Amino acid sequence: MAAPFDLKDDGVVVIIGTGAGGGVLANELAQKGISVVALEAGGRYLPEDYVNDEWESFGQLAWLDPRSTSGDWRVAKDFSGLPAWIVKAVGGTTTHWAGASLRFQPHEWKAKTTYGEVAGASLLDWPIDAEEMAPYYDKAEEKLRVTRTGDRPGLPGNNNYKVFEAGAKALGYEKVHSGNMAINSVDGDERPACQQLGFCFQGCKFGAKWSSAYTDIPRGEATGNLEVRERAHALRIEHGPDGRVNGVVYADADGNEHKQMARVVCVAGNSYESPRLLLNSASSMYPDGLANSSGQVGRNYMRHLTGSVYGIFDKPVKMWRGTTMAGIMQDEARHDPSRGFVGGYELETLSLGLPFMAAFLDPGSWGREFTTALDHYENMAGMWIVGEDMPQESNRVTLNTDLTDQFGMPVANVHYSDHENDRAMRAHAYDRGQAMYDAVGATRTLPTPPYPSTHNLGTNRMSQNASDGVVNRNGRAHDVENLFVSDGSQFTTGAAENPTLTIVALAIRQADHIAQEMNAGTL
Amino acid sequence: MSETEDKRGLTRRALLSRTIAAAGSFIIGGGFLAARDAAWATELSALQPRTMATLVQMARDIYPHDQIGDAHYVTAVKSYDAADQAEGIEAGIAELDAAAQAMGHQSYLDIGWERDRVDVLRSIEESDFFQRVRGGLVTGLYNQKAVWPVFGYEGESYSHGGYIDQGFNDIAWI
Ligand SMILES: Cc1cc2nc3c(=O)[nH]c(=O)nc-3n(C[C@H](O)[C@H](O)[C@H](O)COP(=O)(O)OP(=O)(O)OC[C@H]3O[C@@H](n4cnc5c(N)ncnc54)[C@H](O)[C@@H]3O)c2cc1C
Ligand code: SF4
Repeated sequence: MAAPFDLKDDGVVVIIGTGAGGGVLANELAQKGISVVALEAGGRYLPEDYVNDEWESFGQLAWLDPRSTSGDWRVAKDFSGLPAWIVKAVGGTTTHWAGASLRFQPHEWKAKTTYGEVAGASLLDWPIDAEEMAPYYDKAEEKLRVTRTGDRPGLPGNNNYKVFEAGAKALGYEKVHSGNMAINSVDGDERPACQQLGFCFQGCKFGAKWSSAYTDIPRGEATGNLEVRERAHALRIEHGPDGRVNGVVYADADGNEHKQMARVVCVAGNSYESPRLLLNSASSMYPDGLANSSGQVGRNYMRHLTGSVYGIFDKPVKMWRGTTMAGIMQDEARHDPSRGFVGGYELETLSLGLPFMAAFLDPGSWGREFTTALDHYENMAGMWIVGEDMPQESNRVTLNTDLTDQFGMPVANVHYSDHENDRAMRAHAYDRGQAMYDAVGATRTLPTPPYPSTHNLGTNRMSQNASDGVVNRNGRAHDVENLFVSDGSQFTTGAAENPTLTIVALAIRQADHIAQEMNAGTL
Repeated sequence: MSETEDKRGLTRRALLSRTIAAAGSFIIGGGFLAARDAAWATELSALQPRTMATLVQMARDIYPHDQIGDAHYVTAVKSYDAADQAEGIEAGIAELDAAAQAMGHQSYLDIGWERDRVDVLRSIEESDFFQRVRGGLVTGLYNQKAVWPVFGYEGESYSHGGYIDQGFNDIAWI
């Protein structure tokens, strides 16, 4: 039967969320002839709708439903109701993302084996490895048309990159280039080459950057096998007496509840909403929440350690011109405990427009120390730190029963405190970033604290054993055989790299698995 | 506030001259506040003129940019001049003046040096009023497109086809 599908159609795969994980999975399954209903809480916005204005775009696309925070991270103080900066729209956070698309380094799939016991960390090895993932990374890079992979050239470096590159080279760094970006460096796949708009975070108005909103999703819909139901907010997943899930209850745009029956349910709401949904689906059979016999749902929340360094120079840089993330330095991404921490970090150029710079440079601060930095906005260069943070059981998403959303459902409380390893790594990265700018004449450098989280990982982690994780090597719940997790929450560890290429590769792989199992009659 | 003024026997004229000295703004009749050089003027609907003048000075002291004129600070706080906001703002400014008095000044607007005004602000920095004004300024001031050119920020480039032919890589000094 072709889309649209009936609520009572129990032959469909229901996917919750249409971002990097859900959007790709939906298309991959649809291409294989499988019927899919994708429920998306947000509305549909396409390049012509995107607004190249930071706050206006934020109001258009960001997830603004209530959340709460706790823990010693500064975000809990400065942005207590906004722990993450992510999107509620068809295409999810792939509308906002910068496009940096890196593979994990092989050892990062085996963090526990490589790093050994780290006190206070809940490290595990992934139950999959680099060799197994290689062909899926190949497919993901093709889909996203990642620069410097296949025969695609790199993007030209902008002003911000040129300062960054000169600084890195002055310090002797070698792995410095304009990045592996899911941004067209040449026209292709019906997307134009990058026009250096400088608003990658606000949705690319040229569609040069890959987003599932205008690639995978319409292509899946074109098969007739995919129905995307927008402004459909999943409230809970229900199951039958056999313990298998049988459908998803959601609220439509008018707040009316419906239940979509399902043969398979895949959760891809990003790392707060996915565990929240499983916890909000508790029943007498699953009193601690769905797929939570291990008690691991919501735990091991990771966000990359992050932080930024801005440098002020005596001459203009105009960093806002061109790609937001315009280049990378990878020499520090290695695992080298002699630096005083395990794992590594990437440094990537970053630019914020003046309005966001004012909000995020040093949240809460005021007076001349702050304003004299902004006075030289035109002479600023910027970079962002992406480092592997340690999974910790106590960093977790729980239900805040004192605070409910517009549907009366308890919201996610996000608790995060830095691990000692995170602090050591961030200090090292600040020092190296500041040294890079100093080496090319910075008159002032600003080690800027982490922003609300953009990379959210780990709250339904993948594990070999059912006792210490939520899903198996295919993202399939250990406890419930027809329930899958398909987004960044299935990450066992975070690695040093931006996560989305890996989320996409895992979704492509999961689609193969689901199709095989359905064909074999085992799903 | 007028009670305090009365106690100290301030005449309206004295108040006006102080306002002029401290904030570069003056009150033209009831409910109207203007810059001495007529660079800006604003009609007030809910706040007392002196409250507005104090608020503008406070805004400038929180995020001082000497190259930005008062008009932009007025715009940044203008939304507080509303019936449902006035009471809280009047109370907050009274708090600020009380803090100034506790440090030996006549009022916040009377303080001549920014340094001394900042000391007063530091003493109320944790208050809800201060945080509300500061938080509001982050967008109220910096999200005004009219101030962007002061910082060199050019904003969107879509309307002229992106920065690709508009200097995205024109840096010459590196
Ligand atoms: C500013 C910014 C820059 C970034 N840059 C990069 C980068 O350069 N490289 C990189 O690798 N990553 C980057 N990221 C991160 C990247 O966007 C995310 O890792 C990725 O999109 C996560 O995919 P996901 O499928 O887990 O979730 P999302 O893409 O966030 O998708 C989740 C979707 O689920 C929907 N949803 C949630 N709950 C429900 C519900 N109950 N019912 C229905 N729908 C629901 C949401 O509305 C959303 O659309 C960036 C993120 C931001 C914010
Ligand atoms: S810089 Fe390139 S990728 Fe970014 S928004 Fe502009 S055209 Fe799109």
